[in-house]
Amino acid sequence: MYPSKFDYLAPTTLDEALGVLAAKGPAIKVLAGGQSLVPMMKLRLANPPALLDINRLPGLDFIEDSNGHLRIGALVRHNDVVKSDAVKTANHTVAAAAPWVSDPIVRNLGTVCGSLAHHDPEGDWASVMLATGAEVVLKSTQGERVLPITDFCVDMFQTLCRPDELVTEVRVKKHSARGGGDYQKLERKVGDYATVGVATSIELDEHGRIASAGIALTSVYAHNLKVADAEILLKGKQPSAELFQEAGAIAGAACDPADDHRGSAAYKRHVVGVFTERGLTRSLEIAQGGQS
Amino acid sequence: MNVTVNINGAERSADVEPRLLLTDFIRGTLGLTGTHMGCDTTSCGVCTVLLDGVPVKSCTVFAVQANGRSITTVEGLKQNGQLSAMQQAFHQEHGLQCGFCTPAMMLVGTALLEENPDPTDDEIRWAISGNLCRCTGYMNIIKSIQAAAAMKSEEVPA
Repeated sequence: MYPSKFDYLAPTTLDEALGVLAAKGPAIKVLAGGQSLVPMMKLRLANPPALLDINRLPGLDFIEDSNGHLRIGALVRHNDVVKSDAVKTANHTVAAAAPWVSDPIVRNLGTVCGSLAHHDPEGDWASVMLATGAEVVLKSTQGERVLPITDFCVDMFQTLCRPDELVTEVRVKKHSARGGGDYQKLERKVGDYATVGVATSIELDEHGRIASAGIALTSVYAHNLKVADAEILLKGKQPSAELFQEAGAIAGAACDPADDHRGSAAYKRHVVGVFTERGLTRSLEIAQGGQS
Repeated sequence: MNVTVNINGAERSADVEPRLLLTDFIRGTLGLTGTHMGCDTTSCGVCTVLLDGVPVKSCTVFAVQANGRSITTVEGLKQNGQLSAMQQAFHQEHGLQCGFCTPAMMLVGTALLEENPDPTDDEIRWAISGNLCRCTGYMNIIKSIQAAAAMKSEEVPA
């Protein structure tokens, strides 16, 4: 399988790259890890006339803990996140999800920011960001925009990233010492898309009540789905098994999975409920145990 | 476009179309057929090569992306005419049946031991989980990588 012909540009400075995007806009596609884009081009589902390879841009491979945020640069690979000590303490949902993204070899090339920009409803990272809270940093020759993830994610394969913009980093909200998070994923085999994925996040107040909670679902809706009704239910409550079960029931009712080779809609809906409960329970354990 | 790579220690150059896949560059342009093409859809991992020491699926990388970088294929594992520890271990432990996945398994095993010289069976299973063996010979592949780790630790006493 071969892609259509395309022009290939590999600039070595960010200014040069942004200049190319400003000039070519929709006629060029950004190539980061390429682990979704290249297969789509080979199937000719994507036929960009040109590729802008950003892999030679310096200074975009940072993972930094700063100002209450975990900053993940555009060239951070999934495996960099798996191996990062900064991630383990900064955000438990990110740390739990990273080892389950695709397979170990794909994780060596695929990037977190690329996955967000691609915004496949079966991608894990958007759910993680929707559950924990994050901002996406976009750069162009016009300047910089910082968008909340809830605004950035529009619909299946659609984001607010303009054709002249580059996603340069994602800033994930850090968990406090009273915070916890998890990612539960069911897959048929390593590297397959999620049959069901559930990202959870909890912050407790000083009395052990839930100050805020985040829940988002992968592969069971037209796009990654933030379950706001369940988040509202949890807020301000004393955590309990019954409460988490109720949140799971809301998540199960909110999703709209397809009947397909990965399972029936009814089965996936059931798994969403179970995973939401399990994810919240694990998130709570971490939150109650302090930084673990 | 001109692409120059250091492959298995030798510098090689060629003019290629940007859409040429790295697998076909290695097999077709450079004539190194030890790297295999399997599923062609980023699933099976038999096309794995080391790009700057890191395992990547070469069916999902364009040759132009490798410009100026170093590549190791199965042909580059032997050193001074001797099979590497990983190759000897696959031979000794019968870590292959049909042999189709073997180059990739040995490269992934080699990269794993660089990072983790004494892996557990679980760590090996995890490391090769992006590589399929259609003969399902996984048990002997795990034994082979363990045997290679043991040989290497004897070579260089800790």
